Amino acid sequence: MNLGQAIIEALESLNSNRLRSTLTILGIVIGVGAVIAMLAVGAGAQSTITGSISGIGSNLLFVYKGNSINSVLNAKSITTQDATALLDQTQAPDVLAVAPMVSGSLQVTGNGEQTSTSIDGVTPDYETVRNATLSEGTFITEDNLLGQASVAIIGTDVAKKLFNRIDGLVGENIRINGQPFKVIGVLESKGGSSFGSQDNVVLVPITTAQQRLLHRNSENVDMLMVQATSSSTVSQASDEVANILRIRHRTKAGKDDFTIFSQQDIAATAQTITGVLTIFLGGIAGISLLVGGIGIMNIMLVSVTERTREIGLRKALGARKKDILTQFLTESSLLSLMGGVVGIGLGWLIGFIVGKIAAASGTPFTPVVGLNAILLATIFSTAVGLFFGIYPANRAANLEPVEALRYE
Amino acid sequence: MNEAVIQVQDLKKIYHMGSMEVKALAGISFKILKGEVVSIMGPSGSGKSTLMNLLGCLDRPTSGSYLLDGVQVASLDDDELAVIRNQKVGFVFQSFNLLPRQTALANVELPMRYAGVTTERAGRARAALESVGLGDRILHRPTELSGGQQQRVAVARALVNHPAILMADEPTGNLDSKSGKEIMELLLNLNRSIGTTLIIVTHDSTISAQTQRVIRLRDGLIEEASS
Repeated sequence: MNLGQAIIEALESLNSNRLRSTLTILGIVIGVGAVIAMLAVGAGAQSTITGSISGIGSNLLFVYKGNSINSVLNAKSITTQDATALLDQTQAPDVLAVAPMVSGSLQVTGNGEQTSTSIDGVTPDYETVRNATLSEGTFITEDNLLGQASVAIIGTDVAKKLFNRIDGLVGENIRINGQPFKVIGVLESKGGSSFGSQDNVVLVPITTAQQRLLHRNSENVDMLMVQATSSSTVSQASDEVANILRIRHRTKAGKDDFTIFSQQDIAATAQTITGVLTIFLGGIAGISLLVGGIGIMNIMLVSVTERTREIGLRKALGARKKDILTQFLTESSLLSLMGGVVGIGLGWLIGFIVGKIAAASGTPFTPVVGLNAILLATIFSTAVGLFFGIYPANRAANLEPVEALRYE
Repeated sequence: MNEAVIQVQDLKKIYHMGSMEVKALAGISFKILKGEVVSIMGPSGSGKSTLMNLLGCLDRPTSGSYLLDGVQVASLDDDELAVIRNQKVGFVFQSFNLLPRQTALANVELPMRYAGVTTERAGRARAALESVGLGDRILHRPTELSGGQQQRVAVARALVNHPAILMADEPTGNLDSKSGKEIMELLLNLNRSIGTTLIIVTHDSTISAQTQRVIRLRDGLIEEASS
């Protein structure tokens, strides 16, 4: 018997017991659907997180005071002089720009509303280093720094909270920690990220923040953002920055009192985390696929028992072992293949709904049903059908014709 | 027409039930010639079902020789026996044994499917159904046919691969007397018209009276061979 006939016969047989076939398929549908949905959500999370990391800027290094690995006592603060030193073209040829930053969380009021937000003291370099764009207004200038000007650039989340709009805000007055500031620009929205919204922020001149808002020493900064000249020079730039800081801080060998993160490290870490999460979720979903497979085996065993006489008759008419084996394996594979196809649809639908819910709750995120996930699910579900079909089919094929014909 | 289609020599079948040995067939020998109509009779437990299973190649003897249409089948393996059943033996069962969800045509096609016949399958099945008088019922399912008609489908199915022998196990046992008579007439007609060798297992003496020869079994041995 050729495969085409075997498939037609199997379809007829499955169709003759429609409710049972449907329920069996349902087990596989749920298994495959769960696997596809989990892989889609995982892939979506991964692309959203990597997207938001690259949205911070490009080819960035983040330099902080202190070092968790070396646990250095009396770590020296990162200073504005450090920032200037890093711009030395001979010692650090791969550094393009440096943006120092201080930040803290303060109350912002305006238009009778108030909100707590992150206040970042920045220099004009922030605009290029962080790839920040303004939807209106102008960025903080050197003059603002020198004059410790009371000017602020607000993120869209802050704008919405205070003014309930995101345009025509230049010239509005807000108060930060009670002190009056003039809005000179609005940041374009960058969307949410797993590190908190990048839109819930107020940028002020770094000198203003140090002296009047956060009351810091005018030398010290919280963080340096260093931009490398290109993505291929990030690690060289990192080495150069480390060397300069070691000399300036006079640290002992192997006892750095600062930490350098590259944006690529963060992206790689995030990718590893989401990857592990995806595998974990997919694995759990895979268990339900396994359960579905056992369901197929169960039903095929029942079917073999029910059709003992039929098997006996087929053998009497000349069916060989492999004919019977093919017949039952085709049925179980078809069951799981159909389950797989419907399951892919269900998984896609679940992913789509998760995406909608995420978007509605403010974290836009698109689950991705990849071609490899579809192939994996199809192949895996058919393999499940084959695997769990082998035992019942083998049992059918090995029935003695005399015994089978006599079976009541 | 005196060529032997079945030649059985000292055929034994011994079952083991725990430590007990049950001799279902204790060593029997006979011949059946091509075109003969033979009935096998005997009380239950006489070994007639065992003999029928052996002659139909559904089972293998414990010892002895069985030549079917020139082939020594006593030593064949399962798949080789399946091919012999497919090519050389046609079965008609007491309870018809049709596939209930398939049409009469599909039921008759089944042996040809296992034989690997593809192109002329439908045509041959149709011809076989016409030869048993069911030319107008080919697309009916067994549930839409009377018992007699179902047994006719079974006869058509048994003949469609042109077997050397046709084994009928109580072919009229599940039929009313009128249908039973018709089936017997059909079988005997087939024997007359195309020379099919007929072996009928029965306990009904009115059936065996219509055959040319009766093989009577008792306790696994042939009691007498009358002609």
